[in-house]
Amino acid sequence: MALLRHTTGEIKERSALTVNPAKTCQPVGAMYAALGVKGCFPHSHGSQGCCAYHRSALTRHYKEPVVAGTSSFTEGSSVFGGQSNLITAIDNIFTLYDPAVIAIHTTCLSETIGDDLRQISQKAIDDGKVPDGKHIIYASTPSYVGTHVTGYANMVKGILKGFVKKTGTPNGKLNIIPGFCEPSDMAEMRRLASMMGIDITMVPDTNGVLNGPLTGHYEMYPNAGATPAEIATMGDSIATIGLGRWATTEAVNYLDSEFKVPGKVLPLPIGLKATDAFVDMMRRLTGKDVPDSINFERGQVVDILSDYSQYFYGKKVAMAGDPDQLLALVEFCITLGMIPAYTVTGTPGKYFEERMTELLKDVPYDCKFKCGGEADMFLLHQWVKNDPVDLLIGNTYMKYIARDEDIPLIRHGFPILDRVGHQYFPTVGYSGAMRLMEKFLEALLNRLDRDAPETRFELQL
Amino acid sequence: MSTKPTNVEEIKKELIAKMPTKVARKRAKSILPGTEMGEPIPEIQSNVRTIPGIITQRGCTYAGCKGVVLGPSRDIVNLTHGPIGCGFYSWLTRRNQTEAGPDGENFIPYSFSTDMTEHDIVFGGEKKLRAAIQEAYDTFHPKAISIFSTCPVGLIGDDIHAVARTMQEELGITIFANSCEGYKGVSQSAGHHIANNQIMKHVIGTDDTTPIEGKFKVNMLGEYNIGGDAFEIERILEKCGFTLVATFSGNSTVQDFRVAHNADLNTVMCHRSLNYVAEMMETKFGIPWIKVNFIGAEASAKSLRRMAAYFEDQELIDRVEAVIAEELVAVNKVVDEIKPRTEGKTAMLFVGGSRAHHYQELFKELGMKILGAGYEFAHRDDYEGRHVLPSIKVDADSRNIEELEILPDPERFKPRKTEAQMAKLNEQGVDFKGYEGMIEGMGKEAMVIDDINHYETEKLLEIYKPDIFCAGIKEKYIVQKMGIPLKQLHNYDMGGPYAGFNGAINWYRDIDRMVNTKVWNLIKAPWQSTGPELEATYVA
Ligand code: SF4
Ligand code: SF4
Repeated sequence: MALLRHTTGEIKERSALTVNPAKTCQPVGAMYAALGVKGCFPHSHGSQGCCAYHRSALTRHYKEPVVAGTSSFTEGSSVFGGQSNLITAIDNIFTLYDPAVIAIHTTCLSETIGDDLRQISQKAIDDGKVPDGKHIIYASTPSYVGTHVTGYANMVKGILKGFVKKTGTPNGKLNIIPGFCEPSDMAEMRRLASMMGIDITMVPDTNGVLNGPLTGHYEMYPNAGATPAEIATMGDSIATIGLGRWATTEAVNYLDSEFKVPGKVLPLPIGLKATDAFVDMMRRLTGKDVPDSINFERGQVVDILSDYSQYFYGKKVAMAGDPDQLLALVEFCITLGMIPAYTVTGTPGKYFEERMTELLKDVPYDCKFKCGGEADMFLLHQWVKNDPVDLLIGNTYMKYIARDEDIPLIRHGFPILDRVGHQYFPTVGYSGAMRLMEKFLEALLNRLDRDAPETRFELQL
Repeated sequence: MSTKPTNVEEIKKELIAKMPTKVARKRAKSILPGTEMGEPIPEIQSNVRTIPGIITQRGCTYAGCKGVVLGPSRDIVNLTHGPIGCGFYSWLTRRNQTEAGPDGENFIPYSFSTDMTEHDIVFGGEKKLRAAIQEAYDTFHPKAISIFSTCPVGLIGDDIHAVARTMQEELGITIFANSCEGYKGVSQSAGHHIANNQIMKHVIGTDDTTPIEGKFKVNMLGEYNIGGDAFEIERILEKCGFTLVATFSGNSTVQDFRVAHNADLNTVMCHRSLNYVAEMMETKFGIPWIKVNFIGAEASAKSLRRMAAYFEDQELIDRVEAVIAEELVAVNKVVDEIKPRTEGKTAMLFVGGSRAHHYQELFKELGMKILGAGYEFAHRDDYEGRHVLPSIKVDADSRNIEELEILPDPERFKPRKTEAQMAKLNEQGVDFKGYEGMIEGMGKEAMVIDDINHYETEKLLEIYKPDIFCAGIKEKYIVQKMGIPLKQLHNYDMGGPYAGFNGAINWYRDIDRMVNTKVWNLIKAPWQSTGPELEATYVA
């Protein structure tokens, strides 16, 4: 019997009910971004449940400590405003946990009552609650607008707003704003830049924070992440590259308009073409040559693709996740000769539809996609029921669909609760492309072997 | 390094030393030593607001209402009214196992939300809620729909109860709503109470026509089937000859709730989350309740004996004894094997609203010592025993939650025992409405801490270095970074069941693995554990 037994192929129009969402709410993205700043303590301004949920979600995904404070709203604060709770919180946090920075984000509750973080933060400073050399930064993250991706974008901008300055002396560096991706992905972006000999500032940078070692000591602030001093210099950089339209556009535009640091927003560098675009943009912005070591890795990707093309060709994929990831994955699937038959994301955005239409225009299949409102895993499952696919790509919640429909699942996106790897091994860059191809092939070929009759069960492929 | 404090008072001073004065003053009232058996129990501060900025274990009212009490019912469409997050995070993360049964209805793997957007916040969300209920009905045809409101809904003032009423009339199925906005209470606890009220009002005892067969009919309250606990308890109860009418709320169904008033005894596992229903059912239908504990082999045996004694039936009593004897054979064999490896090791538990008490039994069976324990969202009665109930002051937060006025049902109130019988049974140890709380018997050396926070946890671990620590997912990797294993007692780290006899065996094996694993010895590389050592020297 099916686990999702109530999901039938018959699709009824829905306008109000979301079932099995392909998204979550803003603050979790904000909390994640804040953890990419060294010595930063995220704080959730609202009632404590949101904070507990967001900490749990991040902890489950990363299997790493995630601490954060909450303003612990009472019914009274919900009516009269949360100012006094927040100021008490700031005082307690600096006294007990001694962070370099507190990164405050709002929740549905504090947004609805209209608490003004800028004003409250200023009051905390005026009241002497912020010790010398310490900082408060903030972002407004109402969950009824956008999704966790929006929250990430808002906090990244909040981080820049809190620290970036311009001295007028160019520092010769390139700013990289990674989108909502894994610590391993951020490390890979950094590796590519360093292979090109480019000095970068990456904000946020969760590598080393959410994939740290076991040492026998707990450190609330791991020795990783972008430092406030580094972030401050971003106004003096050559240019900014943002990777992921939803997650980074705001930040890139901010650096451009406030500090005249020109910026480019590219897709997340998942797959061959998106990685090419990233490398090429770094080359063009800095004038550095692409070294042979990078050409070598790129060549390996093409090599695997040519060796295994027959197994990719024509395979149908259904995927759910964040738009920045999906657009790059869809493009990569097409590069591999696969068919991205069904795609949903809960994150709204007109660009998603435009770009998907463009990407799919030469794909010989009636591919369906949807974003925002009722674009959920329930709909994706119904599509797949009516027209089975060969592969599913999505977060851990997709495993129910995978089991019911007996289709292999590649775990990608947020959250991944039941597997390890995303924290440590990238899926961006050329090495990430190789890893993705390996995963795809493993799933497709295992399936082929499993289903093969005796006569067709063969040693070599 | 300073010398380590050794007694509870010194440790307490150390825990609060760095806190701002106001915080320290407040926290001091929530930290106590345990007591010896029979000693008077001092008052502990609990069920009060978490201090802003303090890293807490707690969740919110919604989590207690939807996530804990109503969520694990398999055939109710549990619809979260609010922005997407709350519904998303309470989706399958509590491991309430389900067996869909012959009717095949099971909504547990689904997450339903109205996914409110800015437009709904500005113009009100009632219309969307109504439409969502209609769509849920059209697509899923459930027997019941239960609605949960989240923080912003309370603020904009959507009348979810009115929507529930009209939609119930229109669709002819059970629809009810819970005003469980996160900010309503100090923790999950408020949500438990709200859910209790709503199932009492709308579901329990609404079916008088379906006959319930069975000689010894019981309900199991406060058992959520995490890791399959309820399945193991069901196995044992059936083997003993009890008829389990309803479990609240592991793998439960609307129909179970509707006929629950047919039971002759309510047994309460998690006292905190369901004591309200137990009380209300006694008043309304005359069903007495007793506290049971199926965590620990000895505790399970004791609970079964109490349940059998209540029915005053020799055949049942004998059968229960036979079952206990039979089950204990396997249990004892494993204890004998494992105890030499666990004896004398130490544990701390800071979880939930009764688990930190229940699980002490299992540790004791392994010869382990409890250094400290406390609850995340308990009230004073969970610590000090139910006799303190009359002395608990009702504060503003508790006044927020509706107190139902329950009266004996004019037709259906039927006392199960006479007062004389009750008194006699009480003497024999059946102990109606009795709960002695966690503190008694923990001993003077143990620390009792309510609503422990991160700072205190870290300090305690430094001071005590226990062999194992029990808490939840948020604490898990913090503690493990220090080289101390953490066992999750909210969702068991994919382990379990731990209830009943087979559960005890699972537990012994898991704890053995956790406290005796080699991994913690691998933290240092060979070159980190010793000083410079020259294997060979170059002599010029
Ligand atoms: S949706 Fe809003 S109320 Fe719910 S968890 Fe997210 S921030 Fe909190
Ligand atoms: S004690 Fe219990 S842990 Fe915890 S389930 Fe009850 S309500 Fe939650």
